[in-house]
Amino acid sequence: MKLIVENLALERGGRRVLAGLSFEARAGEFIDVRGRNGAGKTSLLRALAGWLRPAEGRIRFEGEFEPATSMHVLGHRDGVKSGISLIAHVRYWAGLFGADPAGSEAALERVGLARIAKLPARVLSAGQSRRLALSRLIVAPRPIWLLDEPLASLDEAGRTMVAELAAEHLKSGIVVAAGHDPLGVPPASVVTL
Amino acid sequence: MIAVLALFRRDLAIAWGAGAGPAAPIGFFLGTVALVPLTMDAQRASLLESLRNVGIPVIWIAAALAAFMILERLFQADLEEGGLEQMLLSPAPLEALVLAKALALWIAVGLPLAAAAAPAAIMLQIPAASAPLVSIAVAVGMLAFIGAGLVGAAAAAGIKRAGVLIALVSAPFFAPPALFGAAACEAAAQGLGLGTPAFQLLCGIAVLAAALGPIAAAAALRLQAE
Amino acid sequence: MIAGMANPQRFLEFSGWALPVAGVAALALFAVGLPWGLHYSPPDYQQGEMVRVMYVHVPAAWWSMGIYAFMAGASFVSLVWRHALADVAARAAAPIGATYAALCLATGSLWGAPTWGTWWVWDARLTSMLVLFLTYLGYLALTFAIEDAERGARIAGVLCLAGAVNLPIVHFSVEWWSTLHQPSSFIRSGGSALHPAMLGPLMTMAGAYAAAFAALLFANMRAEIFRRRALAAQRARARAA
Repeated sequence: MKLIVENLALERGGRRVLAGLSFEARAGEFIDVRGRNGAGKTSLLRALAGWLRPAEGRIRFEGEFEPATSMHVLGHRDGVKSGISLIAHVRYWAGLFGADPAGSEAALERVGLARIAKLPARVLSAGQSRRLALSRLIVAPRPIWLLDEPLASLDEAGRTMVAELAAEHLKSGIVVAAGHDPLGVPPASVVTL
Repeated sequence: MIAVLALFRRDLAIAWGAGAGPAAPIGFFLGTVALVPLTMDAQRASLLESLRNVGIPVIWIAAALAAFMILERLFQADLEEGGLEQMLLSPAPLEALVLAKALALWIAVGLPLAAAAAPAAIMLQIPAASAPLVSIAVAVGMLAFIGAGLVGAAAAAGIKRAGVLIALVSAPFFAPPALFGAAACEAAAQGLGLGTPAFQLLCGIAVLAAALGPIAAAAALRLQAE
Repeated sequence: MIAGMANPQRFLEFSGWALPVAGVAALALFAVGLPWGLHYSPPDYQQGEMVRVMYVHVPAAWWSMGIYAFMAGASFVSLVWRHALADVAARAAAPIGATYAALCLATGSLWGAPTWGTWWVWDARLTSMLVLFLTYLGYLALTFAIEDAERGARIAGVLCLAGAVNLPIVHFSVEWWSTLHQPSSFIRSGGSALHPAMLGPLMTMAGAYAAAFAALLFANMRAEIFRRRALAAQRARARAA
């Protein structure tokens, strides 16, 4: 499994946010994307997810898998609905991503929210909401993780948890993460925008 | 398929349970209906006569307005909260997911509203025997309205307070179901039942809207996610 | 030529001379067509002088539909091939189409009052034109409401194509509805009953409307391209700060 970015250029709202970007990621590699605000970190991740078409260059995947359904994207917005319970969220994500919902309780346990599984999501703090979003990476295993500022609003314990999850995932998968803080796992390469 | 069912179940729970659920659109529907007699000559005979003339149109206008209202939040919340992006990562095609959302909304809000159309019909002097038929026609009509309104709701989803815009954009798409629906009810009120061409055309337009609406809405939502 | 148009710069060069040509053509055709239709053509044997509204009304009806078809085609090209100018063209055509539709409705009403004895009837043609006008308004309102002009134009393109499917359905349903109870009793105008002497001014006016559309379209597209450039320059400045 390999993710290849070749001479990529991206545009947002008629303006070029990045150009001439090339890098590769193999299974087991963590790509650390760095850059100041507005450098195009989020745009790059959205392009990798297939939501933003490259203005130039291309993004290729090598290996036996369907890119669109092999990725998790953790963005600025957690995709959490205030009115439904935490466990219902995880079960929904399992179904949406075509995974077995039987692992839902275990996934909540892993992100430390098992004790409040039946509460509605509206009572969550920003950090807890982020933890809940992380549970979908666990309940539906997918080889490529695209993480946009994954540490935002997480406390020290939460950051350690993300580092552990990433380290575990990197046994076989790819992690591309953009952010200002170190993720806590050694990057295979650093991409500076 | 599992993905579509998962979304359907979740949206059903949200549409039924969030806020006032179907109560708010139904209240809006009945409130609109109730205003009509108050704008008329209060003299008993003339009031009942006037209501007999406008009863069915009033029900369909009120149902269409309620449909505009419930369409506003259909995609907006998903877009704002990031739920749409997760839908794009599903193995299920976005068109099927949109259809699931539309059907969930129809079942959770459209059908209860159609049930409320029967008492509204009786209050508007439509023969009591045909009131259940009015309900059935409105039920089919709500599916057509929701399907026909999907593209406008998806196109306006990124805009704050998009309600008026969705109404303006969707009004042309509401014309055929409103027209066939009212004609079907008119025929039913005359004792012709629901086996009329008008009702068949209403069902046809509902199927067409439920089939084509998700395709157009999914195209607009993909552009929204860009 | 179409491929060459993909490049905004080349379009600016092309429209640099095409815009004045179309503008002058429109003025010349109106200068001939208006007096010809409104004064020198023969009165109708049934409608008398009132038939002259036709020369303003019928081309507006034709081209308001033609412009919508143009927009649907441009939207399709924009969505499928991401053609850089197609969404600009669709967006730029909309206000012109809306104006033609409004002109058609207003002149139709003026024509209807003396000939049918009423300002408005709910027959298939009038209702369809009204729905077309509303479709234009919805499209325009949507493009105004979405802040990112390019994305807005593409999203509105989806709506435009959906409208292109909807308009024939509306037309047939209103036709079905209006023949349900009432016989179609009003006088048909235009069509095959047109006197040959009326054809010349009518076609001249149709040409004038088309040339005016081309000129206004080019002007609108140029304005939109310059507007986007100005915005991009502002963004670049904000970024450099």
